[in-house]
Amino acid sequence: MSEPALEIESLSLSIRGQSILSDVSARIGAGETWSIIGANGAGKSTLLKCLMRIHTGWTGHVRLHGQSVADLSQRELARRIAYVPQPGGDQRFPYTVREFVRMGRFAWSGPFGTAHPGDADAIESAMKRADVEVFSDRALGTLSGGERQKVFIAAALAQGSDMLMLDEPTAFLDYRHQAEVAEIVHALNVENGATILSVTHDVNAAMLTGGHALALRGGEVVWTGPTGELACERILGLIFGATFRFLDDPVTGLRLVAPQGARTPS
Amino acid sequence: MKSYSWLILFLLGSLVVFAAAPLIGGHGVSLESILRPDPEDPAGTIFWDIRLPRVCLAWIAGAGLAMAGMAFQSLFRNALATPFTLGVSSGASLGAAVGVRLGWGAALFGLSGVSVGAMGGALLAIAIVYGLTRLKRDCTTSAMLLAGVAVNFFFSSLILLLQYTADFYDTFRILRWLMGGLQMVGFEAPLRTLPFVGAGGLLLAVLVGELNLLSVGEELAASRGVAVARTKTVLFLAVSCMVGAVVSVCGPVGFVGLMCPHICRLIVGPDHRRLLPATILFGGAFLVASDTVARTVFAPTELPVGIFTSFLGGPFFLWLLLRGPKSS
Repeated sequence: MSEPALEIESLSLSIRGQSILSDVSARIGAGETWSIIGANGAGKSTLLKCLMRIHTGWTGHVRLHGQSVADLSQRELARRIAYVPQPGGDQRFPYTVREFVRMGRFAWSGPFGTAHPGDADAIESAMKRADVEVFSDRALGTLSGGERQKVFIAAALAQGSDMLMLDEPTAFLDYRHQAEVAEIVHALNVENGATILSVTHDVNAAMLTGGHALALRGGEVVWTGPTGELACERILGLIFGATFRFLDDPVTGLRLVAPQGARTPS
Repeated sequence: MKSYSWLILFLLGSLVVFAAAPLIGGHGVSLESILRPDPEDPAGTIFWDIRLPRVCLAWIAGAGLAMAGMAFQSLFRNALATPFTLGVSSGASLGAAVGVRLGWGAALFGLSGVSVGAMGGALLAIAIVYGLTRLKRDCTTSAMLLAGVAVNFFFSSLILLLQYTADFYDTFRILRWLMGGLQMVGFEAPLRTLPFVGAGGLLLAVLVGELNLLSVGEELAASRGVAVARTKTVLFLAVSCMVGAVVSVCGPVGFVGLMCPHICRLIVGPDHRRLLPATILFGGAFLVASDTVARTVFAPTELPVGIFTSFLGGPFFLWLLLRGPKSS
C-alpha cells in the first residue's frame, strides 16, 4: 500500500443517542481511488461529512498525511480536501457559474474577499477541466442537473486540494452525464495523482471505477477490499441484504450485477 | 452595464440624494444662508441643526437596516428574511419599550438603557426564530416566516401590555416611537448610531466570502473552509446589535431591509463583494429619500417615515411571496 493519505481510526458518531457510525477504520493511500458503498441510510454520506467536519461531535481519530485533522482549521482542511455534495438542492440566489466556481477558492482568500495570486489560473483550469466554460456566465439555477454537477466538480477542483470526496456524484444523472463525470474524476486521479473517495450505492459504478471499496451497513464497516471482488453473492448480501444476478461484461471482463430479490442469501 | 459601473452610479446617486435632501422642505434654504448663517434668518439653523442631522441619521439607519436585511437573507438563504419579518425589529421595540416604561435612564458602557434594551430584545428575537427553525430542522420560507410571525405577535402583545399599564405620557412616547421616525435635533442621535452601523458594516465587509458561501448552503460553506457555527454566531450577534442600535433611535422602520438588498441583488448580482457596498449606498439613499417624501408630502404635517416605508414595503413583500419558488 502507498503512503496513507488518510487514516481513519475508530470513528463513531451518535446523534441524540442513536448510533450513526460505529468504530469505522480505514487507511486510504495517497493517489488511491476508494468507493464507499452501502445501502440507503448505511452512513456513507455521514462518513464523508464527518471527515470534512461538516458533522462535528464524532469520536475517534482522523489523520491527513499523519497530521490529526483536529489540529487543522476549517480553512486548512479545505485546502487539503475538496468536497462535492450530492446533486440536487436548489440555489436561492442567482450566482453565475464563474462566481460559484470562484467560491471554491475561499480557503485561499483573505479577509474582505481579497483574491489569492493563484485564483485566476485555478478557476480557469478547473472550469476547463470540468468542461463548464461554455456556460460560465449563466446562472446556476438555469442549468440541467448534469451541467450543475459538473459545475460543483469544477468548484471542488478550484479548491486546489489533492483529495476529492464526492457524495453520490452520478446519482440522478443521465448516462451521458454519468460518463462525463466519471471521466473527469478518473482523469484527475490518473493525471494529478489525486486521492478519490466516492460515495455510491451502485456496485457496477464502483467496479467500473476500480480501486478499493469500503462497505458500510448500519454505520459499521462490513467489508473492505478491491472493488473487483465485490461481485460475490455473499459480500453483496452482507452489504445490501438482497440477492443478485451476475452478468459477465465481454468488454471489460468484469462481472456486473443486477438486483434480483430483497432476501439475504443464506 | 458592468456591475462595477453600477456601483459608481450607486455612489453618485447616494451622494446626490444626501446633498439634495437637506435643501428640500417647507422652509426654503439658500446656499448663502447655509454658508453664512444669519441670526435673523432661521434657514441656517434649520439646515445645520435639524435637516442635516436628520439626513445623516436617515442615511446611517437606512444603510444599517439594509445591511441587516442582506445578512439575514444570506444566513437564512431566503429573500424574505429581514429584521422586520423575522421579528427582530419587534424584539428591539419591546426591549426599547421596556426601557422607556421602566425609565432606564442610566447608561451602560455609554449606551442608554433604551439602546441596551433594544439590542437585548433584537438578540432574543433572532435567538428564538433561529432556534425554532433549527429545532424543526426546517429553514423553508413558511417555517421561517411563521416563526417570525409568532415572535412578532408575542412581542407585540407584550408591548401592548406595557402600553396598557403605562401612564398617558409614556404610552404616547411608545406609540409615537413605534411608528418609526427620524425627528430629532442635533447630531447626538446619528453619532450614537454610527459606531454600531460602522462596526457592523466593517465586519460584514471582512466576511463577504463567508456570506457568499453561507448563502449557497451551510454544508458547502463548511467544506470550502468556513467555520460555520462560529461565523453565524458572530454575524447574528453583530447584526442584531446593529438593528437594536438603529431601532432604539428610529423605531422599527419597516421593509428597508427587505426592499433594498433585493433591488440591489437584481442589479449587481448576489456576490456580496458587490452586493454589500451597493446595499449600503442604496439603503442609505432610500431612507433619506423616503424620509424627505414623508416630511414634505403633507407639509407642514410630517409623516413618520416608518408609515411611508411600510406603505411601499407591504406590496413589495407580497410581490416577492407571489413570485413563486425562485424567491422561496
